[in-house]
Amino acid sequence: MIDVRDVLYVAVGLFALFNGLMVVTLSLVWLERKFLGRLQGRVGPTRVGPFGLLQAVADAVKLLMKEDVSPGPAARVIFYAAPLLVFVPGFVVWLTIPFARDLAVRNLELGIFFFIAFSVLSIVGLVLAGWSSASKYAALGGFRSAAQLVSYEIPIIMTLLAVVVVAGTMNIAEVVEAQASAPYAALLPLAAAVFLLAGIAEVGRTPFDIYFAESEVVGGPFVEYSGAHWAVFFLAEYVNTFVIAALMALLFLGGWRWPFGADLPPAAGVALVLAKTYAVVLVIFWLRATYPRLRIDQLMSLGWKALIPLSFAAVLIAAAQQFYGWPVWSLTVLSVAILAVPAVLQVRLQRQPAMERARRYARRAIAERARGTGEAVR
Amino acid sequence: MALAAFYVLALVTLGGAIGVVTVRNIIHAALFLLVTLGGVAGFFALLYAEFLALAQVLIYSGAVVIVILFALMLTRRGEVELMDEHRRWPVAAAVSFGLFAVMAAAFIADAARYQADVRSSVSLDALGAVLFERWAAPFEIASLVLLVALIGAIVIARSGGRDEG
Amino acid sequence: MTLLHFELLGAALFCLGLYGALARRSAVLVLMSIELMLNGVNVLLVAFAAYGVRDNATGLVIAIFVITIAAAEVALAMAIVLRLFRSRGSVNVDEIDALRG
Repeated sequence: MIDVRDVLYVAVGLFALFNGLMVVTLSLVWLERKFLGRLQGRVGPTRVGPFGLLQAVADAVKLLMKEDVSPGPAARVIFYAAPLLVFVPGFVVWLTIPFARDLAVRNLELGIFFFIAFSVLSIVGLVLAGWSSASKYAALGGFRSAAQLVSYEIPIIMTLLAVVVVAGTMNIAEVVEAQASAPYAALLPLAAAVFLLAGIAEVGRTPFDIYFAESEVVGGPFVEYSGAHWAVFFLAEYVNTFVIAALMALLFLGGWRWPFGADLPPAAGVALVLAKTYAVVLVIFWLRATYPRLRIDQLMSLGWKALIPLSFAAVLIAAAQQFYGWPVWSLTVLSVAILAVPAVLQVRLQRQPAMERARRYARRAIAERARGTGEAVR
Repeated sequence: MALAAFYVLALVTLGGAIGVVTVRNIIHAALFLLVTLGGVAGFFALLYAEFLALAQVLIYSGAVVIVILFALMLTRRGEVELMDEHRRWPVAAAVSFGLFAVMAAAFIADAARYQADVRSSVSLDALGAVLFERWAAPFEIASLVLLVALIGAIVIARSGGRDEG
Repeated sequence: MTLLHFELLGAALFCLGLYGALARRSAVLVLMSIELMLNGVNVLLVAFAAYGVRDNATGLVIAIFVITIAAAEVALAMAIVLRLFRSRGSVNVDEIDALRG
C-alpha cells in the first residue's frame, strides 16, 4: 500500500532532480553556444564570467525581467497553462531514469513505457500554446508541431520496443544490467540510429525545428510568449534533449555497466553515465551545426517513409531472434543488412546529376498543376 | 493513506467530469477532459493496474485529446469563440441521476459480499500471456478495427468539400 | 477503500457522461461525453478485476480492448465531424437533422 514515507521520498527526490536539471540546463546552454561557435569558426560567449560560463545566468535574468504579454481574457487561462503542460511531462519522466544501480527516484518496472506515455503529453501543450496565441502563425506552428511530434513518436516507441524485446524487461536499470557483455548499439545498430534521429525530431532540434524556427513561422507556437513563459519552453527543450541523450546512453551505450563491469563504485558509474550522455548531447549539437533545416514535407516523408519502416524492421528482427533462438550476433548482421538499404539508396540518389533530378521534379510538378490539384510548385 | 489518495483523485476526476459537461468554453471543456482522463489513470494505478494506467495516459490523454483539440479548432465558425449552451438539461439531469440512483442502489445492496482488500497486480508477463493466448482472436480483430478506422478516417476527411489544404 | 468506492465512482463517471451526451449541443462535446462514459466503464472493469470478482486478468484485457476501440472510434468520429462541418458549416447536433447532403 502507499506509505507516507514513500510519498516524502519521491517529493524530496523530485526536488533534488529539479535542481539538478536546472544546473544541467545551464551547462547545456553554455556548452551548446561554445561548441557551435567553435564548429562555426568563432569563439562563442566570452564576456560574462570566465569563458562565458555565466552566459546562461545572464540570459535567465534577462528573460525574467521582460514584460509579460498575454492575449485577451478569453484565452489567458490556456495561454498560461500551456507552458506548464509542455514542461511538466518532460520533467516527470525523470522519475524513472537511473544514473546508477540504485540511484533513481523510483525504479519503475514499466520505466520505458512511463517515458513513452508522458512524452506524448507535451504535444497537447504545444497545440494549446499555438492555438491560444491568437495569431495565425502560432496556430500553424502548433498544428505542424503536433503533426511532426506525433509522427516521430512511432519510431521512438518501436525502437524502444525492440530494446525491450531483446532485454526482456521494461525496467531501465535492468536493461542497463543486461548490456554487460555488449551495448545494444552494437547489437541493434538499426534501432540505435533510428532512436537517435527520431529522438532529435521529437525534441525539435535542428534539422527538425521548422515548426518554431524564426525564419519560417516566426517562432511558431512560441511567438506570443515573452519572458518567463518563454523561458519555460526553452527549459523544456533542453530537458527533453538531455532525456533523449540519457536514454541513448543508458539503453544503447551500456550505461554504467559497459565496458567496465559490475564492480565499479557508484560515483564512477554516475560519472560514466554522465560522460556518455554528454557525448550524445555533443553529437546532437554537432548535427545542428552541420545540417540545414528540413522542410516540413521532407521531414514528414523522412519520418513516414524511412524511419517508420526501419523501426518496424528493427522490432521484427529483434522478435525473430528471440523467438527462433538465433545467436545474438545475428541481430547485428540483420541490422546492418537493413541499414544498408537506405544507405545504398542515398548514395545512388546523390550520385545522380542534380540537374537531371531537378528537371524530373519540375516536369512532375507541371504535370500535377495541369491536372489541377493546386499543389504549390516549389 | 491510500484512502486519502482515493478521495483526492475522486475529487479531481469528478470535478473534471462535471467541468466537461457544464462549461461553456469548449476548449476549457477539452482541458477538463484531459484532467479527468489523468484522474482515471490515477485510479488504475491505485488498483495496481500500472500497465493500464500508462496505456490510459498514452492513448487517452495523449492521442485522443490531441484529436479532439484538432477537431475543436478546425470546426469553429468564424473568429468568435463557439460557446456551448445546454437547454435540455432538466431532462438529461433527471435521466442520468435516475440511472445513477439505480446503479448505486444495486451496488450498495451487493456491498456486503465483496469485502476483500485489493489484490496485488497482474504481472506484465501474465497479462501478455492471457492477451495473446486466450484473447488472441479479439486482439487481431481489434487491430483490424484500428486499420479500418485509420483508412476510413483518411478517406472521409479528405474527399470532396472545401479543402483547406 | 472497498469495491463500493470504485463502483460508485465508475457509475458517477458514466452518468455524468450520459448527461453530457444528452445535454450538449456540439458534436465534439457529445463525443467527449461518450469518452467519459467509456472511462467510467473502464474504472468499473478494472475495479472488478482487482478485487477478484472474477479471475484477475479478464477485466484488464477487456479494459485494454475498450481503450483501443475508443481510440478508433474517436478518429473516425472526428473525420465525420470535419466532413459535416465542411458541408453544413456547423456541428450543432440540433441542426443536423436531415439525411440529405
